[in-house]
Amino acid sequence: MRDTVLEAVDLTISFNDGAVTAVKGAKFRIERGESYGLIGESGCGKSTILRAVAGLNTDYDGSILFEGRELPERRRKEHFRAMQMVFQDPYGSLHPRKMVQAVLAEPVRLMGLGDEQRRIDEVLRNVGLGPEFRFRYPHELSGGQRQRIAIARALIVEPKVLLLDEPTSALDVSVQAEILNLLTRLRRELGLTYLMVSHDIAVIAHMCDRVAIMQHGRILEEITAPDVRAGRVAEDYTREFLAASAPAITA
Amino acid sequence: MTAIPATLGPRTPAEARMQQLRITVSKLRRNGSAMLGLILLVIIFGAAIFAPWLSTHDIYAQDLTNRLARPSAANWLGTDELGRDIYSRLLHGGRITLYIACLTAVISAPIGLVVGMVSGWFGGWVDVVLMRVTEIFLAFPSLILALAFVAALGPSIENAIIAISLATWPPIARLARAETMMVRRSDYIAAVRLQGASAWRIMVGHIAPMCVPSVIARVTLNMASIILSAAGLGFLGLGAQPPSPEWGAMLSSARQFILSNGHVAAAPGIAILITSIAFNLVGDGLRDVLDPRHD
Repeated sequence: MRDTVLEAVDLTISFNDGAVTAVKGAKFRIERGESYGLIGESGCGKSTILRAVAGLNTDYDGSILFEGRELPERRRKEHFRAMQMVFQDPYGSLHPRKMVQAVLAEPVRLMGLGDEQRRIDEVLRNVGLGPEFRFRYPHELSGGQRQRIAIARALIVEPKVLLLDEPTSALDVSVQAEILNLLTRLRRELGLTYLMVSHDIAVIAHMCDRVAIMQHGRILEEITAPDVRAGRVAEDYTREFLAASAPAITA
Repeated sequence: MTAIPATLGPRTPAEARMQQLRITVSKLRRNGSAMLGLILLVIIFGAAIFAPWLSTHDIYAQDLTNRLARPSAANWLGTDELGRDIYSRLLHGGRITLYIACLTAVISAPIGLVVGMVSGWFGGWVDVVLMRVTEIFLAFPSLILALAFVAALGPSIENAIIAISLATWPPIARLARAETMMVRRSDYIAAVRLQGASAWRIMVGHIAPMCVPSVIARVTLNMASIILSAAGLGFLGLGAQPPSPEWGAMLSSARQFILSNGHVAAAPGIAILITSIAFNLVGDGLRDVLDPRHD
């Protein structure tokens, strides 16, 4: 039986009063526990979709359904709690003047979850950081540690879906693998569903079960991870895109 | 961007904050001119606070037989046109000047901060309305605005403070607005929005901590112009009234003897100059230390 967690129907997003259409009629379904990738070159609208799904941009046409129910334009706390986002740049996604403890305590308080200290310690352990990191400021952390804190901030409200906006593209190659392995382990252990945006086919092939290829705001086609590796694609653009990053996949 | 080994980090929130404070203070201490300004300010504030104990004469006691005296052992900085001791008057005048400057800062900084943050966060028509109001205030030269206000309400120190505040908040509002507009687009604010935080909570808890340091630095720099405005109003007879020893008023009454007995005018003039410079030096240093972009 199919258990759809997240679904987008005819999602169209424009900016500047319709002058620029960033996403045109996007459509996808994500099953529970799945890892779904959105890939395409920069400016193709993949991050725009992610921000609309997250609720950061409520100005869209079409609908986004969570567990079969349409999400309202103004999200309520339970919607925010169910879906959290990890941003691309760990240097810009943590408040420069707040220590880790405060960053992690804020969502617990806002959502009224209680049991603050236990949750913070647990989530830090989950992302592979010790409790001594609680009293650090972002400028005292490395890029990888920062991204772990950003992941912890998303996880502390126990979301069902994690929206990942190129979570490794701002990191060193060696740290990238660490973060990707962490994300893979968390998905398995916590039963999370991922919607992941990337321009890096190697990352997507490693992380995702199914991939949607985007170009100029449209989803061209949807292929599975084995198809990506084998190069079984229908669209010319996809073939070109894969060919351009071929060494990355076979390596 | 150095990652400190986990074992060396602070163990409590208070310890972490202390560590940050120590880093900030040590950065400030390495800034020579800021330290000079700070030392000057400590001396000036100390002199103002302890004026009753440091002064050698009654500041209102006139001695017409000893008017316009040169500096001597009895009158360290000489006497003015009514034979009053300039040194004592200077100390008491510092109280008035610093009172005006500090109160103006305390009034104008919060107004500027709130107007700027609301304008920058909400944008749209709120921004348009608030910024046009700000620009109207900015369009007047600050001393002219203060003059008009004092002329309408009558000359007194309190009215001078209100008048100078009116002219001081607009640049702070502009600064806070620019800072807010930069911060509101950042991912860490997006992350708080995804936690369902209200606009109010985001502004107070997340945007204000980014704006306040640059506002503090800016206000400290503004102190110099506040002091000059206060002295200017006093000079024009629209601030503190005689026989109050306000520096601007002292300068004003001394100006007729400026050629024959320069020291009478020089004392308050130099006091205004040194205080303004001290605030400027400290403000510059604070901007370097507190501005997050300098990290």
